[in-house]
Amino acid sequence: MFRRTLLRTAVAAAGIVLAASGASAQETFKVGLILPMTGPFASTGKQIAAAANLYVQQKGAVVAGKRIEIVLKDDTGVADVTRRIAQDLIVNDKVSVIAGFGLTPLALATAPLATQAKTPMVVMSAATSIITERSPFIVRTAQTVPQIVTPFAEWTLKQGIKRMATLVSDYGPGHDVEKFYSDTFRAGGGTIENLRVPLANPDFAPFLQRIADMKPEAVLVFVPSGVGSQFIKQFVERGMDKSGIRLIATGDVTDDDILNPMGDVALGLVTAHHYSAAHDSPENKAFVAAFRAANGGMRPNFMAVSGYDGMHAIYEGLKKSNGQGGEALVNAMKGLSWMSPRGPVSIDAETRDIVQNVYIRRVARVDGELYNIEFETIPNVKDPAKGK
Amino acid sequence: MLTILFDGIAYGMVLFVLACGLSVTLGLMNFVNLAHGAFAMAGGYTTAILMNRYGWSFIATLPMAFFVPALVGLLLERTLYRRLYGASHLDQVLFSIGLVFMAVAATDYFMGSQPQLIQIPEWLRGRVDIFGVQVGLYRSFIIAVCGVLVIALQLVLTQTRFGSRLRAAVDDPRVARGLGIPVEFVFAVTFAVGSGIAGLGGALGAEILGLDPTFPFKFMIYFLIVVTVGGTSSLIGPFLAALLLGIADVGGKYFVPELGAFVIYTVMIVVLVFRPKGLFARG
Repeated sequence: MFRRTLLRTAVAAAGIVLAASGASAQETFKVGLILPMTGPFASTGKQIAAAANLYVQQKGAVVAGKRIEIVLKDDTGVADVTRRIAQDLIVNDKVSVIAGFGLTPLALATAPLATQAKTPMVVMSAATSIITERSPFIVRTAQTVPQIVTPFAEWTLKQGIKRMATLVSDYGPGHDVEKFYSDTFRAGGGTIENLRVPLANPDFAPFLQRIADMKPEAVLVFVPSGVGSQFIKQFVERGMDKSGIRLIATGDVTDDDILNPMGDVALGLVTAHHYSAAHDSPENKAFVAAFRAANGGMRPNFMAVSGYDGMHAIYEGLKKSNGQGGEALVNAMKGLSWMSPRGPVSIDAETRDIVQNVYIRRVARVDGELYNIEFETIPNVKDPAKGK
Repeated sequence: MLTILFDGIAYGMVLFVLACGLSVTLGLMNFVNLAHGAFAMAGGYTTAILMNRYGWSFIATLPMAFFVPALVGLLLERTLYRRLYGASHLDQVLFSIGLVFMAVAATDYFMGSQPQLIQIPEWLRGRVDIFGVQVGLYRSFIIAVCGVLVIALQLVLTQTRFGSRLRAAVDDPRVARGLGIPVEFVFAVTFAVGSGIAGLGGALGAEILGLDPTFPFKFMIYFLIVVTVGGTSSLIGPFLAALLLGIADVGGKYFVPELGAFVIYTVMIVVLVFRPKGLFARG
């Protein structure tokens, strides 16, 4: 009996001490990072998580009197899991921000939660245009599909190309690419034929043969990054690169994460995207070097830079809102602008979507490795799908 | 036009090499082995690792792509599979699908989820013009390798002592055992060879089909279609089925791209409606 009382007193005392020390230190500000860390989209998760952690490491964990803590959760790329984890993080872990979201369905499933809980939601990867319209608490630091392909279509027209074909994977982002590219291209006086390939398509041979028969001046390709290299290899294997059909693609196909192993077939491929690890700026050089050092030589890709910038938006937002979360934080993030490793970016105050440069790049070998080398810049592109 | 036919044949050949091991285990040994794709993946990864990390040439890795999965198959057959030969099909399905999940997760853990890329040698790239038909060199290579394989397998199965022992062991294991045929040994070897051929298929197909940890799931359905359409009586059935499906798939995607992905299933349904046991059914 006596011993138990003693024990209880001891525990109570320890509790008081802990509480006291907790009060004197900064309050914790938890960021729930929900990413596909396993499954087919694990590389997205790994890149973003590594970049977010790198940011906290570089800038210190304390901002505006709060100690930032990242709570990383794996949603395996499945929408209902993402939503469940988000709910759990908001209710039980009391996170102040949810972030991550590797794919469009994952972000869309979680958007209503952000609204209900008034929790800012930072989208670091999902690229469908409508996402930011689904909740006033969503801020995006990735990119949108129309933001990339609309200026790309204008650029193609400017090269004097009038007859195009598109080949996209038959799923949401693919349809977006096809629609926004084709609309812009047709409006500019070009003719364009559309071809869709099944998402689970093991062999591109028949589609390539069809394109060869169409004989367009150029073909735009959008397929998930892993399959992209497959496509390019078969394109070259059929000698289509020599038959006068130019191959162009969105930057997803020449993702920095997988570009190097693709080998020489990728050389010369022209793509449009918002980030290349070879972007020539002191900010990017520092970012790439730090990222590589922290992750065993892994090259950052556009996912990584979105994660890095997402953390930056949260940090700067907190500074502006004096450490307040919720609506104050979202409002503080609106209109932020900064120099990102990808170039100058800002968060549009109205749409909460990112405004950034889109680069036209060409694959080339630099220091023995393949990189996307930017040769033209389309500055400050705002998502063209919004405000129409 | 003929190019499409050619591509279809090459695609069908790859399907056959991938699936023929399954038609042996499923058809001859009456064991539902859904983990078959995992062995194919093992072969693909063997080639990818040997080429990318150790600088082997593509051709040199092919025997290894056969032997490594064959060894793994032998090991698993001795330790796990043999316990389930007598079990119900449901148990076999559950067991082997569990193996697939483990294989996928393990590959993801050790190799990462990114697709593995291999560089085929220079002399297999590009294409040549034969009588006005554009023919890809790599695809011709696949057709040649697979053609040899088909003939060799069929000969082994029908002409050799081992083949007749295998058929005997399958038809009636008790009597076969009574006649002094080492049934266990025959099954183990057959299973290993089936796994090895799948591995070879995975290695050959890596260039055309791609290779990542979800490979066994992505292609499981194709294997099963080939085996069901082909029937399980011999190797000729799955072989013709694979060719038919390959050509139908490639042709369908070329002529009606909107329906492309469905053609292969339509063919399967039509065949099964008219011949429920497959093109070449057993007795």
